[in-house]
Amino acid sequence: MILSLSIYAALAMLAVAILLNLWRLAIGPDDTDRVLALDTLFINTIALLVVLGIHFDTTVYFESALVLALIGFIGTAAFCKYQLRGDLIE
Amino acid sequence: MPIAAIILLPLLGAALPPLVARHGRPAPAWAAALVTSAALAITLWLTPQVLAGGEIHSHRDWIPLLGLSLSFRLDGLALLFVLLITGIGLLVFLYAFYYLPAKDGLGRFYALLLLFQGAMLGIVLSDNLLLLLIFWELTSLSSFLLIAYNPQTRVARQGARMALAITAGGGLALLAGFLLLGAIVGSFELSVVLASGDLVREHPLHLPALLLILAGAFTKSAQFPFHFWLPNAMSAPTPVSAYLHSATMVKAGVFLLARLFPVFSGTETWFYLVGGVGMFTLLFGAYIAIFKHDLKGLLAYSTISHLGLITFLFGLGTPLGAVAALFHVGNHAVFKASLFMAAGIIDHETGTRDMRQINGLWRFMPYTATLAMVAAAAMAGVPLLNGFLSKEMFFAETVHTDWLGPLNWLIPTAATLAGIFAVAYSMRFIHDVFFNGAPIDLPRTPHEPPFWMKIPVAVLVAACLLIGIVPAQTVRPILDVGVDSLLGFSPDFSLAIWHGLSLPFLMSLIALLGGLALYSQRQRLFAAHDRYFPRTSGAAAFQYTVLRVRQLANDLIARIDNESLRRYVAWLIGTTIVLAATPLLLGDFHLAGERAPTPLDGIAATILLVLAVATLATVRVRRQRLRALIVISLVGLMVTLTFIHFSAPDLALTQLSVELITTVLMLLALFFLPGDPALSVSRWRHRRDLTLAAVAGLGTAIVAFALMTRTTPSISDYFLAFSKPFGGGQNVVNVILVDFRGLDTLGEITVLAIAATAIVALLWRLRLPIRAGDPTGRPWADDRHPLIMAAMSRPLLPLALTVAVFILLRGHNSPGGGFIAGLVAAVGLILQLLASGLAWTEARLRVSYFALVGVGLLLAAATGLGSLAFDRPFLTSATLHPHVSILGDLELASALAFDIGVFLVVLGTVMLILEGLGRLNRPGAANMSPRGED
Repeated sequence: MILSLSIYAALAMLAVAILLNLWRLAIGPDDTDRVLALDTLFINTIALLVVLGIHFDTTVYFESALVLALIGFIGTAAFCKYQLRGDLIE
Repeated sequence: MPIAAIILLPLLGAALPPLVARHGRPAPAWAAALVTSAALAITLWLTPQVLAGGEIHSHRDWIPLLGLSLSFRLDGLALLFVLLITGIGLLVFLYAFYYLPAKDGLGRFYALLLLFQGAMLGIVLSDNLLLLLIFWELTSLSSFLLIAYNPQTRVARQGARMALAITAGGGLALLAGFLLLGAIVGSFELSVVLASGDLVREHPLHLPALLLILAGAFTKSAQFPFHFWLPNAMSAPTPVSAYLHSATMVKAGVFLLARLFPVFSGTETWFYLVGGVGMFTLLFGAYIAIFKHDLKGLLAYSTISHLGLITFLFGLGTPLGAVAALFHVGNHAVFKASLFMAAGIIDHETGTRDMRQINGLWRFMPYTATLAMVAAAAMAGVPLLNGFLSKEMFFAETVHTDWLGPLNWLIPTAATLAGIFAVAYSMRFIHDVFFNGAPIDLPRTPHEPPFWMKIPVAVLVAACLLIGIVPAQTVRPILDVGVDSLLGFSPDFSLAIWHGLSLPFLMSLIALLGGLALYSQRQRLFAAHDRYFPRTSGAAAFQYTVLRVRQLANDLIARIDNESLRRYVAWLIGTTIVLAATPLLLGDFHLAGERAPTPLDGIAATILLVLAVATLATVRVRRQRLRALIVISLVGLMVTLTFIHFSAPDLALTQLSVELITTVLMLLALFFLPGDPALSVSRWRHRRDLTLAAVAGLGTAIVAFALMTRTTPSISDYFLAFSKPFGGGQNVVNVILVDFRGLDTLGEITVLAIAATAIVALLWRLRLPIRAGDPTGRPWADDRHPLIMAAMSRPLLPLALTVAVFILLRGHNSPGGGFIAGLVAAVGLILQLLASGLAWTEARLRVSYFALVGVGLLLAAATGLGSLAFDRPFLTSATLHPHVSILGDLELASALAFDIGVFLVVLGTVMLILEGLGRLNRPGAANMSPRGED
């Protein structure tokens, strides 16, 4: 009972967070803001997937979440490196 | 399968010389000699059986549906050729070791020679027409590589290209001819074809089949008018010429004539075509040879002429003609190989091959001179040497020919004339080079070559003498079985030196004396030739045609191609729309099928909405490249979520990894692009592109909707049902990839490997200027590798690798597999490149990515071949079921090894490409090898 309630609450909060990420992604104003927005969006998506996994009582989402975490971080790192140095691999 | 071993030894052994090349210069030569000796030993072991009259056959199905089988035969004809190919091959190997410059690594050279040798052996041992053709084309390819052994010189490249174009073109004609022949007979097995001579000769398709097959044989054996590639192939190193133009390559054509002799010979067409072309080539080649100042040029035209002689003898279609032809095949191989070697020694010692400069070498190298003179005498047909015997048999045959009726006398006359020419050019080889005054302006002072360089020549010259003096005791047995496999019986013939004062002997005598007389008048002859002989050359015509065709193609391309990417895409999409829309508009098309649409769920709707908006946003910001890249990441994320939502975790994982790698790739490329592009598109073009995009998108939506609302019969059910029992895995996607469609996957990873190699080759030594700051003018940060980022990144590598291994091992039953695992591992490595740089990573990861790709490909292919050992089709999988903790019930299907191959190829490919792009701006990288050697 409490679990399902908290899941719903979590889902709602994550949805709001994702909407805000999208908003930031849209308005910027800077590309750095957008990279940050994207990174946060990845994190919230991971959370969303895990919560949904608990909700549907399945483990299939977890792996996607795992790889998403790995990829999201590296993607952000790549964007940051580009912003800082332009040259990714030096 | 001892016969297959004779072919496989050199073919597989070709890998050996480059592998041992690092152990010093002699190592590759020894390796090659060892391989060929083994093949020769097997042949000698089988020889008694063949000499006793037994043909040896072996058969194995390859693609029975096409009539292609791995069947081989060792009969007398094949035996004769195998002995020549391997025996002279060994001598050439020894000779080449001393001939090639000391600075050359010999690995590549001997590998190519072995490859060529294997292909040649394949031709003579094949018992299946299609198989023979495969080896036939292999000789064309490998000889191309041999002729262009020094690709830096323009002549070598041109000569190699010409040889390839002519002989491989002839190979295509041969393929068509074989297909016709196979259709007539109903089988491609030589044993069947050889027994169906009557059927073939009376068939309406007889003439086209014969013409096409002869086109193949004549191009290979350099018969007029396809002869001109041979003199141009003289740009090859001399050992290659000695091998290709004596015992092998050019003999493949006459071998084919011999092989198909029982099928085609004896008809009027056969005589006029084969005999006519042979006789003309004989005369033409012998005549031109007199006027070549280049030592090798003389030998080249003499080779053409002797091939014409052999062709003519086969063309006669008589039993004794066939005997003489076979005999001359062997004799010519022996004396011509030694002559080429002698020419090479002279070239080596004097630095030139021009006979106007090389004179009087007798004083400088008496031993070599003696050997060369004996060989040249054999070429001229002087008694007591092997060339005399076969030439006299040839003269005898011309006397007995009865095809031309009242004009019969023409043939012996022409033969004698050719004999006179042959004596004249042989005389020129002897007198001009070794006597005739003193040398003129030689680049080097000649002296005797190293002892071992003369040995191969001496061996061959000894053979000339032995065969010439005691033919019955030396070559008779092998000649007997050779002829037997052509005719089905061994005709009565005499191999004596002295047949009494007969007409053929008289012709020999006339040829000898006439040749000497002609040579003594050479100054006048040269002058007359220069004045009256038409200045046309096949080679020039060929070059002209090639140039014209290339120019035409370039003009055409210049007219239709403006190199605009936008235009390419517009054409591509436009064509697709027309192709896809035509059947829909013309046919009876209903949008909705019989299935009711599933109700819309909230999650999917949200994802799709964001996806659509993000896509439009990407289009909107497309001119700010970085921003577009950020926004398109959102599109990727939404696609991933869609896959997850509709339960396709495999796709989701793949999509994610590919997405990231693409982003990194784009960022790498972005760095080298000039600033963001300005608007430069006309309003009209803008509208055109918009319309195209809208129509294409809408059309795809319509087709997708129509398809998804219908129940179409699908093969998925088959895969779902049989994935576990046949493939031993529950993850259908992965089982399809590594088992059901394993061959496709093997093809795909091969393409990946090729693409990676091509990309590295294209980027190799390309250096691009670097911008000093980002497009807004802000300078780059000073810190190349921020410490925090580096420290954060390092622990992620083992994590990523663990995930990759997990996904790989578990892939057969749950979502995952080699492809995804490779991508994830690559992602982990990329992070290290980002955070710590190329040098840091390279210092710690001492693996060549090329090696990864190569090992992966080999592993995948070997797994597939493994099933052959158990008499199962290629890529059949086998399973084991060990239980491993954490991973659960691990299905150790042989498919796992295949999957590891896929994993390695994907990992290697991704890293090669990214690293190649990452190297572009490194100033010191110019001397870095892409092979990962330094």
